[in-house]
Amino acid sequence: MKVAVLRFPGTNCEFDTQYAFEKLGHTTQLVWHEDETLPKDIDLVVVPGGFSYGDYLRSGSIARFSPVMKAVTSYANDGGKVLGICNGFQILTEAGLLPGALKRNNNLHFISKHQNLCVINSNNAFLNQCEKGEVLNIPIAHADGNYYIDDAGFKKLEANEQILLRYSDSDGKPVVVNGSVTSIAGVCNENKNVFGLMPHPERALEAILGSVDGIRMLKGFDAS
Amino acid sequence: MQAIVNVFLKEGVLDPQGKAAHHAIDSLGFTGVSDVRIGKQIIIQLDTDDKTKAEAEVKEMCETLLANTVIEDYTIEID
Repeated sequence: MKVAVLRFPGTNCEFDTQYAFEKLGHTTQLVWHEDETLPKDIDLVVVPGGFSYGDYLRSGSIARFSPVMKAVTSYANDGGKVLGICNGFQILTEAGLLPGALKRNNNLHFISKHQNLCVINSNNAFLNQCEKGEVLNIPIAHADGNYYIDDAGFKKLEANEQILLRYSDSDGKPVVVNGSVTSIAGVCNENKNVFGLMPHPERALEAILGSVDGIRMLKGFDAS
Repeated sequence: MQAIVNVFLKEGVLDPQGKAAHHAIDSLGFTGVSDVRIGKQIIIQLDTDDKTKAEAEVKEMCETLLANTVIEDYTIEID
């Protein structure tokens, strides 16, 4: 698989993301935000974490207007797979490729810790190696991860199985971490080819670092 | 011409910063404060003298960039 990893001024998880996909046997290529096209024959675009444009105005609000995002939008509209991690999730919601928005955490803290997540739907190209109801342990590190969507939007998400993950305890029961609507940690679009999550699967690849659950998440793309 | 844009979280969307400031105001001993909301103000200098055109342009700036209308409302004052 060939993976394009985007890089904006302020992105800081691009090398971890490359490392993760290369560890899984894929080739990766960094793509600068000023590029107007994506590399040919790619199988996945990853918008990695960080603080693009210093989080000025709103997290992800400036990055979404980068030249490369036009190419990403048409790639996604043609059915190409896109994954946004943390700041990447914020950029994809700002770009309108994913529903909802990410607000400041309710407690106003930057939350950085290992967090249990419950898999809500695995019937998609991303989480197909996970079981519905399974609990994964993945690090989170964000200040603006408080997922908001209005009632009508939430009903659509639920009905169409677009909720991917919820913050949970070790039994899979939802817990309040940052104030997200029903503890949502990740969602996908209606066509299930664009995925976004606040947790960092690329930081959970080695037992010595506390969890290997990220491998199973990212492996989903091989199978799909 | 100058445009002053105020952006606030929508009514019904919890404003954690406003809530924290409200708590701090209460703890300073001020009484009778029923709500505090925090937003941002964006001041834009425009070359045009055409108020209608300015309003239309600033509205487009708000809709595309300055506000995220999923969670935020905005007001525009032009003078």
